Amino acid sequence: MSNKRMVSFKLNGQDTDVVVEPRELLIHTLRERCAHTGPHIGCETSHCGACTVDMNGTSVKSCTILTVQAEGAELLTIEGLARGGTLHALQEGFMQEHGLQCGFCTPGMITRAYRLLQENPNPTDDEVRYWIAGNLCRCTGYQNIVKAVQYAARKLRGATP
Amino acid sequence: MSAQPEHIEGNPEKRDGRDAGQTDESRLNRLEGIGCARKRREDPRFIQGKGNYVDDVKMPGMTFGVMVRSPYAHARIKRIDTSRALALRGVIAVITAEELKPFKLHWMPTLAGDVQAVLADGKVSFQNQEVAFVIAEDRYIAADGAELVEVEYEELPAVVDPFKALEPDAPVVREDLAGKTVGAHGARRHPNHIFTWEIGDKDKTARAFDNADVTVKQDMLYPRVHPCPLETCGCVASFDKVKGDLTVYITSQAPHVVRTVVGLLSSIPESKIRIISPDIGGGFGNKVGVYPGYVCAIASSIVLGRPVKWIESRAENLTTTAFARDYWMSGEVAATRDGVIKALRVHVTADHGAFDACADPTKWPAGMFHVCTGSYAIPNAFVCVDGVYTNKFPGGVAYRCSFRVTEAVYLIERMIDVLAQKLGLDKAEIRLRNFIRKEQFPYQTPLGLEYDSGDYEPALRKALAATGYQELRAEQAARRKDLQAEWLLGIGVVTFTEIVGAGPSKMCDILGIGMFDSCEIRVHPDGSAIARMGSMSQGQGHQTTYAQIIASEAGIPSSVIQVEEGDTATAPYGLGTYGSRSTPVAGAAVARAARKIREKARRIAAHLLEVSPDDLEFDLDRFVVKGSPQQAKSVKEIAWAAYNNVPPGMEMGLEAVDYYDPPNFTFPFGAYICVLEINRFTGESKVRRFYALDDCGTRINPMIIEGQIHGGLTEGLAVAMGQELPYDAQGNVLGGTLMDYFVPTAVETPVWETDFTVTPSPHHPIGAKGVAESPHVGSIPCFTAAVVDAFAHLGVTHMTMPHTAYRLWQQCQELGLSKRP
Repeated sequence: MSNKRMVSFKLNGQDTDVVVEPRELLIHTLRERCAHTGPHIGCETSHCGACTVDMNGTSVKSCTILTVQAEGAELLTIEGLARGGTLHALQEGFMQEHGLQCGFCTPGMITRAYRLLQENPNPTDDEVRYWIAGNLCRCTGYQNIVKAVQYAARKLRGATP
Repeated sequence: MSAQPEHIEGNPEKRDGRDAGQTDESRLNRLEGIGCARKRREDPRFIQGKGNYVDDVKMPGMTFGVMVRSPYAHARIKRIDTSRALALRGVIAVITAEELKPFKLHWMPTLAGDVQAVLADGKVSFQNQEVAFVIAEDRYIAADGAELVEVEYEELPAVVDPFKALEPDAPVVREDLAGKTVGAHGARRHPNHIFTWEIGDKDKTARAFDNADVTVKQDMLYPRVHPCPLETCGCVASFDKVKGDLTVYITSQAPHVVRTVVGLLSSIPESKIRIISPDIGGGFGNKVGVYPGYVCAIASSIVLGRPVKWIESRAENLTTTAFARDYWMSGEVAATRDGVIKALRVHVTADHGAFDACADPTKWPAGMFHVCTGSYAIPNAFVCVDGVYTNKFPGGVAYRCSFRVTEAVYLIERMIDVLAQKLGLDKAEIRLRNFIRKEQFPYQTPLGLEYDSGDYEPALRKALAATGYQELRAEQAARRKDLQAEWLLGIGVVTFTEIVGAGPSKMCDILGIGMFDSCEIRVHPDGSAIARMGSMSQGQGHQTTYAQIIASEAGIPSSVIQVEEGDTATAPYGLGTYGSRSTPVAGAAVARAARKIREKARRIAAHLLEVSPDDLEFDLDRFVVKGSPQQAKSVKEIAWAAYNNVPPGMEMGLEAVDYYDPPNFTFPFGAYICVLEINRFTGESKVRRFYALDDCGTRINPMIIEGQIHGGLTEGLAVAMGQELPYDAQGNVLGGTLMDYFVPTAVETPVWETDFTVTPSPHHPIGAKGVAESPHVGSIPCFTAAVVDAFAHLGVTHMTMPHTAYRLWQQCQELGLSKRP
């Protein structure tokens, strides 16, 4: 037990310190130490994307990142997307376009789509599909997720969603 | 009036239905009733990461359990040494079958009348079978502890092929059943034989075959697959030693059934057991059963007096908790030269794995497989199903379908195509020649079912017109002639009939409990309401759609109706959500409970207006005196009066409960067309177009229906094109990770086209039939049909799923298509 390390990062803008074993996975730290249960665990092998969070401006699957790798990082999770009580355009889009059913993939999916729209504010449908190919959904068949992302893209560009 | 509180949710407009200037349309819109595409009430929590799934549950003093599993498919356990695990700091306990024996918890009953080892009792019978359970302070230590449990095995020969399992000298999977010649479903003729189930008139069917112009026969395998919801199974069991209360948070599609099973196993009265299904991350049939992990967590918590969490890994999920299908089917059809079917004969060898844990109604060990005469007026049919034990994991769940309905629909839709090819008939035309006609409903099938309603021909004609079917066939003919064409073109046509809404208690029960469902509605003084249900959503949007039924039936706006499910402490007993039974059964209970509310409201309104109840008519959200429209009372006003001014002799309050035992199943249907291209050099396939017309009767929320259909089609694509849990000869399961087990991404998934017709169910209170499973049931044979159709001109009548690129390439190789010119 003596091999624990202190790790400091910014979680949704908040300075956060945790003390963890070096083997602890970031998803467990977020969910069990930081009470951020939005990101989920679907496979623990980087396939499903339910655990996707944004780390230093890149999407990562937090089930295969060690918490100690997050030292000094800026982390953004689904919990950090709404600002001042207002939903992010993506959150609104997922609701308006019925882009979710059971909701288990949704936090990872929205966080991944957030990264897409940061880098490509005007994607084609095929680009959306390519960008979310690391995030599995068993319920929706993706069609309405694509619509939801495009809704948000339009809104963020200032067009009618 | 002035004392009446206003609704705080939704539009702040005045809500009195009598207000001047309020049009009927605005009142209707405000109700958001049946037919409205209202947005989902569930969404705000999920889009903000505020869902509450079982792994989010945290309790003071909670421990974590991890399962030790067998690496062998079949082995005797010589010795289990837990001492090193127990010596690890943070490990609290390790349990094996020996520890469970004093509590008689080392075996448990299955839903199919068999027993299943909770922890292996001297022998393992499938790879990854549960052997020991390690409980520790956290999940890391529990995993370390599991590594330290030493188990010595003596490997035995395994049998994974159900036909070999029935050979005289086959390894015996279940020594615990030695000498038992009669099982839960009749005689057993071999140590690995579970049951023979026969239905239909064997002799009459045989005569129809003897006298037929044409007969065809086709063997087909429906491979072993897994529902693979994105959230795996898990639970948190918490036993309070002081109060003697057991609370279990669990991923269950049927929490009340779990309570009854836990009560039977633990001898704790059901009144002291609380089962809570929190938000569930998809089920698709995977979360109906009771699994050893749940039982171990519960038993450990009872002994330790501390909460125990068990969450399975993805590999555990894919290889231990409930496979689907594994049906080896042999179909025969007898017909006239014109393609009119006279008889259907089917034999199935059903691989049930090591324990018969199929989730079927008690009396039907092959579920509703007898819907296999499909949408067609087939006068004679006979079905025989043999259940077999093998060294594979148990299950036999209905993966996004009613019990064994996907298998049945696959069988008949494949057989009719095989017949069409034999006779040189078009695959749409042969269906038109055999459809049950509208005027034949209610239709009695030769296998004892009564179809409630259907109108198949207009549905197929609409599908053919929408897809330009004749042009597609012309394009295909041209493509077949073009020897340079790189892509083969296949067109699949499917016209399926499902059976859902299990079911009438005279036919369907689980553990002796009839398959009714329930709803309790309480209307509060302010006119808002809460409905509690025996069903359990796993993403279907029940909180949204049940409220719509109440809105239309009782005149209460959806926006002020709360729908609660999944907590046995508050909800009335129900059989849960699977087999598309929520709308047909629970939805009917909702409608009937709401009507009880409406009728009490009518009597209160009559009292307030000083007229007879018969003088009132219900008008959206109020009662109006016939012929005197200015005299009215809104449901909201009536709700207030229910708590202070009711007619003499009437009880106060405005509540109702309904337990609905359906008189029959419902029979949704659809017409699907798939246009698919296959690259003859690489085997790559592309779905160019998929058109799905569904008829689910009355449509409650078109947005949710469309979403369910998209999802079902995508799961159908997965099964048809890539999913399989193969085994090697030693019984090693080869599909246990998402690297090996196909789940389509957004890139492989095509854009779906949906359409509908509406043929209400005559026996359902609102005419609704259920929808979410139709697209899975209907699309799988449609993909196979399209794939086979691409090769049909070369004499191919059937190909085995999954239709992966490798297998399609092999087919091209075999036919000499893949040689580059």
